[in-house]
Amino acid sequence: MSDTILEVRNLKKYFDTPKGLLHAVDGMNFVIEKGKTLGIVGESGCGKSTTGRVILRLLDATDGEILFEGKNIREFSKEQMIRLREDMQIIFQDPFASLNPRMTASEIIGEPLIIHNKVKSKQELSERVAELMALVGLSPRLVNTYPHELDGGRRQRIGIARALALNPKFIICDEPVSALDVSIQAQILNLMQDLQEQLGLTYIFITHDLSVVKHFSDEIAVMYLGQLIEKAPAKELFKNPSHPYTKALLSAIPSIHLDHKMEREALKGEITSPVNPAPGCRFAPRCQYAVAECTAREIDLKEINEGHFVACAMVEKG
Amino acid sequence: MTEQMNTQDLLSIEDLSIVYEVDGETTYAVNNLNISLKRGETLGLIGETGAGKTTTALGIMGLVPNPPGRIVNGKVIFDGEDLLQLPKEKMRSVRGNRISMIFQDPMTSLNPVMTVGEQIAEVIQIHEGVSKQSSFQKAKEMLEMVGIPAARSGDYPHQFSGGMKQRVVIAISLACNPDLLIADEPTTALDVTIQAQVLDLMKDLKTRYNTAMLLITHDLGVVAQVCDKVAIMYAGEVVESGDIRDVYENTKHPYTKGLFGSIPDLDLTVGRLKPIKGMMPDPTDPPSGCKFHPRCPDATAMCSLSEPEPVLTESGHTARCFMLQAMAEPLAAQKPLTELNRVQG
Repeated sequence: MSDTILEVRNLKKYFDTPKGLLHAVDGMNFVIEKGKTLGIVGESGCGKSTTGRVILRLLDATDGEILFEGKNIREFSKEQMIRLREDMQIIFQDPFASLNPRMTASEIIGEPLIIHNKVKSKQELSERVAELMALVGLSPRLVNTYPHELDGGRRQRIGIARALALNPKFIICDEPVSALDVSIQAQILNLMQDLQEQLGLTYIFITHDLSVVKHFSDEIAVMYLGQLIEKAPAKELFKNPSHPYTKALLSAIPSIHLDHKMEREALKGEITSPVNPAPGCRFAPRCQYAVAECTAREIDLKEINEGHFVACAMVEKG
Repeated sequence: MTEQMNTQDLLSIEDLSIVYEVDGETTYAVNNLNISLKRGETLGLIGETGAGKTTTALGIMGLVPNPPGRIVNGKVIFDGEDLLQLPKEKMRSVRGNRISMIFQDPMTSLNPVMTVGEQIAEVIQIHEGVSKQSSFQKAKEMLEMVGIPAARSGDYPHQFSGGMKQRVVIAISLACNPDLLIADEPTTALDVTIQAQVLDLMKDLKTRYNTAMLLITHDLGVVAQVCDKVAIMYAGEVVESGDIRDVYENTKHPYTKGLFGSIPDLDLTVGRLKPIKGMMPDPTDPPSGCKFHPRCPDATAMCSLSEPEPVLTESGHTARCFMLQAMAEPLAAQKPLTELNRVQG
């Protein structure tokens, strides 16, 4: 297990709301190996973005351990965290909102270098910025442009260059292509893939788009209301989805193949509230296979195939 | 090709051009667009941001904001009548009644201070001149039809989830039993499982009432699941259109091919996607000739000089591309090509 870069143990993040405790992330466990991509999928409100932010300590976890290269970063001091930020970065969803409109492309990309004292002179700064811009495919003539002058794809390239400025080992990509048109989306996905190969990056790829996540990830974790309900190698998950929610989710993707008419797993109603959730399986109220046992106890992940984990009482029984 | 079919077409858009004029700059949003739709048919209008899909829909509805928008050319023939020639009053009685529209964002298309029941009843009162009481009765029936308990007709939009709000919007749009429903990205703001529910509902209602539907989307998968016909738009023009199976299985236009290459296919495992290079042209300064030529992997010198006309492919749909023109009319198109080559060489 020496090549593990990140391990998350029993990670929890609760928010205090007037209505009660909102269980945004509730007992997540997973491991990512160096150079791999873990896709986290789920629908709005399932806690996937919160998971990403808690791992980076942009939000403080309520409970659990976050082991980055073997060290529990929840115990890190502020100074240690600042040093750690060089290794862990994030790319945000919205290339419109995540870039400061008053800064030029080169200022945005160069800012982390200045904050972390990585450059000694203006000369060195502009060289490094030029290098980063070339790396993400931005033309040198764009150095002095402001974000509003650029289209979504180029803005997202700036966001990626900024994330790469400090030579991180690990990047959380929170819906990096969701705001982009398909033709541009493919350009950015290819760029991120190339960068991973060139720089040996490890990604957590958070998205609601299942076809993108299958294309991009080595392993996929499916979340439902703050919990991990299924985790498997990408191909295995699509070939052999085992949790009723995963099945419903996969069967709801509109296929571009005309003869693949959607044969849908019936899914009753809508997502229930994450505030003070009932014990047991969170999906049970919408599950057509639910039995009394599902809500009687907490259901843990069980390995059903090599590397394929499912949290479902029915699957446990076989 | 539409000459004989015109009599049967419910909607036929001919050579529609719409521009926006801001500060002396003209944006060519829709250029010589031709599409047609029969009763009960569903046409998917596919395109990326800025392709002119929504402007086309607004053009049909007579809702292009003027100024800055202006319809410079064309006809929108609906059930034998040119909507662009109708007086405002008459257009108002068509809109929401015989043609209705579902907007992309269910969160902003409902009035937050009216109950959903009132909002559905309002359309019925305006167009059908019925009593308040019977309009509310009908509103409740519409809610049940889209799968919301009638008891909730007194609730306000904020009390519903996104998927339920979109159902309310659908109930409003279908309240007067329209002949044509224009749905502009109706499921884009929804999660996949809810999207699947809403698409099922729309398909079901469409067959039950024989409503024609124009479905505007950027999602090739949604179109595959719902539509009979498809038109691909690029920079304000339809570049490829026809029967869905034909367009999806015998794709001819390089842009359409590029779109398919850009989306990861769930049934295949590919190492890399094949994106379209470059980006959408600036609509205030469209490229000469074929609008797609700067991004096209197959472009020749000819493509930047003149605009290709729509050509009928051998399998029966139309596409606008010189490569096809060369095959379809070898004499007319190849001659200038060879001449060009000589000039270049």
